Amino acid sequence: MSRRTEGAPASWEVFLRPRRGLNHQHVGSVRAADADTALLRARDLYTRRGDPLSLWVVRSDAVHAASPDERDPFFAGAHHKPYRYPEHFPPLTEKGADGDHLD
Amino acid sequence: MTTSTDQAPADEAARADAHLAVHLLRLGDDALVLGQRLCRWITRAPTIEEDMALSNIALDLIGHARTLLALSGEADGTGRTEDEFAFTRSDREFTNALLTELPCGDFAVTVARQLVYAHYAVLYYEALADRADLRLAAFGERAAKEVAFHRTHADNWALRLGLGTPESARRMQRGLEQVWPYAAELFDEDEVTRHVVAAGTAPSPAPLHPVWQRRVGEVVTRAGLTVPTPRWRAGGGRAGLHTEEFGPLIADMQSVHRQFPGGRW
Amino acid sequence: MSARPTGTTPASQDELLAHFDGLIAAGETVEPRDWMPDGYRRMMIRQVAQHAHSEIIGMQPEGAWLTRAPSLYRKSVLIAKVQDEAGHGMYLYSAAETLGVDRAALLDALHQGQQRASATFNHPALTWADTGAIAWLTDGAAVINQAPLCRTSYGPYARAMRRVCQEEAFHVRQGYDLMRTLCEGTPEQKAMAQDAVDRWWLPAVALMFGPPDTEAGGADARAAALGAAVSRRAMAWGIKRHTNDELRQRFVDSCVPQAERLGLVLPDPAIRWNEERGHHDFTPVDWDLYRAALGEDTHWSRQRLAHRRAAHEDGAWVREASAAYAARFGADGPPPPPAPDPETASKAGAGPAAVEDVRGGAGERA
Repeated sequence: MSRRTEGAPASWEVFLRPRRGLNHQHVGSVRAADADTALLRARDLYTRRGDPLSLWVVRSDAVHAASPDERDPFFAGAHHKPYRYPEHFPPLTEKGADGDHLD
Repeated sequence: MTTSTDQAPADEAARADAHLAVHLLRLGDDALVLGQRLCRWITRAPTIEEDMALSNIALDLIGHARTLLALSGEADGTGRTEDEFAFTRSDREFTNALLTELPCGDFAVTVARQLVYAHYAVLYYEALADRADLRLAAFGERAAKEVAFHRTHADNWALRLGLGTPESARRMQRGLEQVWPYAAELFDEDEVTRHVVAAGTAPSPAPLHPVWQRRVGEVVTRAGLTVPTPRWRAGGGRAGLHTEEFGPLIADMQSVHRQFPGGRW
Repeated sequence: MSARPTGTTPASQDELLAHFDGLIAAGETVEPRDWMPDGYRRMMIRQVAQHAHSEIIGMQPEGAWLTRAPSLYRKSVLIAKVQDEAGHGMYLYSAAETLGVDRAALLDALHQGQQRASATFNHPALTWADTGAIAWLTDGAAVINQAPLCRTSYGPYARAMRRVCQEEAFHVRQGYDLMRTLCEGTPEQKAMAQDAVDRWWLPAVALMFGPPDTEAGGADARAAALGAAVSRRAMAWGIKRHTNDELRQRFVDSCVPQAERLGLVLPDPAIRWNEERGHHDFTPVDWDLYRAALGEDTHWSRQRLAHRRAAHEDGAWVREASAAYAARFGADGPPPPPAPDPETASKAGAGPAAVEDVRGGAGERA
């Protein structure tokens, strides 16, 4: 293996705002040696279809993660507060969730 | 040749259109031939990302060619389609600048050519957007945005190769030296250009040359490289006088189309 | 990458396995930081890597026709398709990397013949019609194969596949459209289309779905048992959802009416509707033929690999340059030039409209 000559470039996480009114969403990752190149590549890879508004790239190793499946205290209680979820409450109309224009 | 300016007197408007047709054909041929050259990189690029980037650029260029060739066929009154222009003309009837037909060379030569062409194309398509008739202006506006991205790509690579390793800097400098003599032809003015300018149908590229020189000079300098000062300059493409490498390019491009006379695609 | 859960109480191997099995049983996805059995990780790496390799090797037969496409419209479509395949390769390499391998190592393994791409592409694309037949038949087979993979148990792979499948739908349709146009063209064009189908049918049927894994699929008992064992394990882990032979049948059933509409003959005299089974019969895949096609020592398998390796080696100095540049200037590059040319800030902008520069703090911080 020749890791050095591969020049294995850094990994970057790509976030896309697909249209107005939405948050940037994680769509995947690209490899690039630097931020400018990462943006170009993310543009090539993730914006060929649709009409996305903006793009972020963040170095993958700069993402600090905590995962609920690890029973991290960080997430304790997320499911113990059902009142945070709309399904916890009766729909506004008899038509059910479809008649409920709250989303 | 198609650049005839010595035809029997026709009415003023028809002649203006004939000149515009030639002018559009030149622009279309530039985009077509450069797009065709870039296709060669796809599956051969230094990284998969670059296969993607170069194919995106090629796709934009072929798109520009399709619009420009079709507009040329309208302007010259023959109604020839984009495919008739691309696949049924002989080598000598193509009017692209020689820059666009040079073989790809190594990645540095390709980057150098993209740098030269994309900086020119941004300026020219912006000028079209400003000064051409409505339809052509709309095309110019869209194309300027696309080639601006090609320019970003070329700038990005020129910097990385120029400031990367001694090897990449040497190759990048050599790439610049190779393509630089072919840049001036893009800005040439002749009777055709003067006519379209006078008729107000399209702008001349000549006045854009100083801005182009300043901008590419800035990139080359930032990349730690030297702007070449060639002692000769290429020309002849607009008159259909091409390099010897051009014949195989056209033969390859037209081979399937010509093998099936009357074919539908 | 294969981080064990780091909760306050270290879980035992049994608990970890039970948790993993629970996820699979519940139809939940396994995510990169979850504990997973080594066998699962190995099988997943192997499958995702082979899939990624197939995407980039698969660019070659069609890529060879980019310069010769007979109309500018078809040239554009083919560029868009081949570039999608590069994109799919990247999605899949990214997915593989979440399993703790890196792309450089996977590419090395491909280049050195330790890992392979699908043998489907070890066939030459001899005419323009081959680009249509490849898209219609092998991409068609891929879609049937891949649709269930959108629900495969490993999260990053499933997500990559959802993107891939959305894009592949266009590939198959454009291939069919290309073939239809040829079939409606001159007799010579139609003959070219038939010839391409004659050559690409078997690679699609045999090689895109893997070895026969049921006796009904034509394997002898031993081969079927072997294939079935692998498939069973993959299914138990939720990696696969159907047997190879089930998917193969689905493919044949979908192709027969399409070929009829095109007026093309699928080169298998055994194809006929079986009322009883509710499926089309077809010649079972010959296990020996399947094995032979996987042999790496053919002209075209060498050629595909040599092409790929040459691109990689020729590009080494470019990759070294970008690495050196990043090492020298850091991820943010060199400082911008002191006095910007006012004209570079003209209306086409210094960059693409789709890219919003957030490095200057212009992003959402509120």
